[in-house]
Amino acid sequence: MADTAALNGINGLREIRRSPASHLTAAMEAGSVEGTVTLKEGPFQTMVGLRVDPRSEEGARVAALAGGLPARCGEVGGADGVSVLWLGPSEFLVVAPEEAHDSLGGDLIGSLGAALGGAPGQVVDLSANRTTFELSGTRARAVLEKGCSLDLHRRSFPPGTALSTEVGNIPLVLEKTGEESFRLFPRASFADFLGRWLLDAMREYASPEVP
Amino acid sequence: MLLISCPNCGSRDETEFHYGGQAHVPYPENPAALDDRQWAQFLFYRDNTKGAFAERWLHSTGCRQWFNMLRDTVTYEIQAVYPMGGGRPDRAAPAPESGTASTAPDSTTTGTAAPDVSGTGTGSASTTAPEGATE
Repeated sequence: MADTAALNGINGLREIRRSPASHLTAAMEAGSVEGTVTLKEGPFQTMVGLRVDPRSEEGARVAALAGGLPARCGEVGGADGVSVLWLGPSEFLVVAPEEAHDSLGGDLIGSLGAALGGAPGQVVDLSANRTTFELSGTRARAVLEKGCSLDLHRRSFPPGTALSTEVGNIPLVLEKTGEESFRLFPRASFADFLGRWLLDAMREYASPEVP
Repeated sequence: MLLISCPNCGSRDETEFHYGGQAHVPYPENPAALDDRQWAQFLFYRDNTKGAFAERWLHSTGCRQWFNMLRDTVTYEIQAVYPMGGGRPDRAAPAPESGTASTAPDSTTTGTAAPDVSGTGTGSASTTAPEGATE
């Protein structure tokens, strides 16, 4: 999906890496309605599973490095292109651009691990665990509401928040990045189903609205 | 569909949760000292309460944290949500009857334990379950 040719992967493996929904690229282009609702798979990301008590000393060290840990459900921490999503009271998902990965010249995972040190907690590279769907457009919320029981109105789900929930019965993290744009983080094995589910949910918006 | 109020995440659908069985079942202090019957009692025997029941739930799709819930097994009303390790709230008194509903004669549908039908007078002739003995 993401053709970042400037990056040289470990042992050349980066060149043959395929994203979990790469086979749906053409279908997602065809199914998108520009200005109404568009779906595409996002570029590879560096994702780190982080478990640390945020009130502890090591939690403060990790928070300083990651740009702040979210304090409660829905909040998103982080800074400088790094998002820290709240998964639980002591569990977070750090999402950063692919270049931050240690194998590609970055030092995100290594530095987080160093900040945690020998303290209780964990820093795990989960970059291949989830994929990213980017859904945007005026009808993006209507598409999600077909399979998500949360209140997605901006009064309770404003931009800059993220919730782990279910969309189309698929457990994922749903992040609202803008007024009409969402990022969905399903597990890689659910990418095919969720991609097809979203395309199906988007299909009605390609037709002219019946008054 | 139950709407369960997770202590961390707020109200979510029941499908995001997993049921964890009866709460407040203490692990034996010295498991090696128990005989097989007592061990089986600890492992497998749970209350079958009609009414307020303290149970454990896991918000598996959300924050992945366990919590306790006091739920009415008849009306499904959720009376309290409280953290693991906390004592059972006193808001609802524990129901006195537990696990004995199936032995009541009016709840059986077989004719074996049915009370004799009054006024028939031909009890010896009716080998099969008398009609209308149990409603």
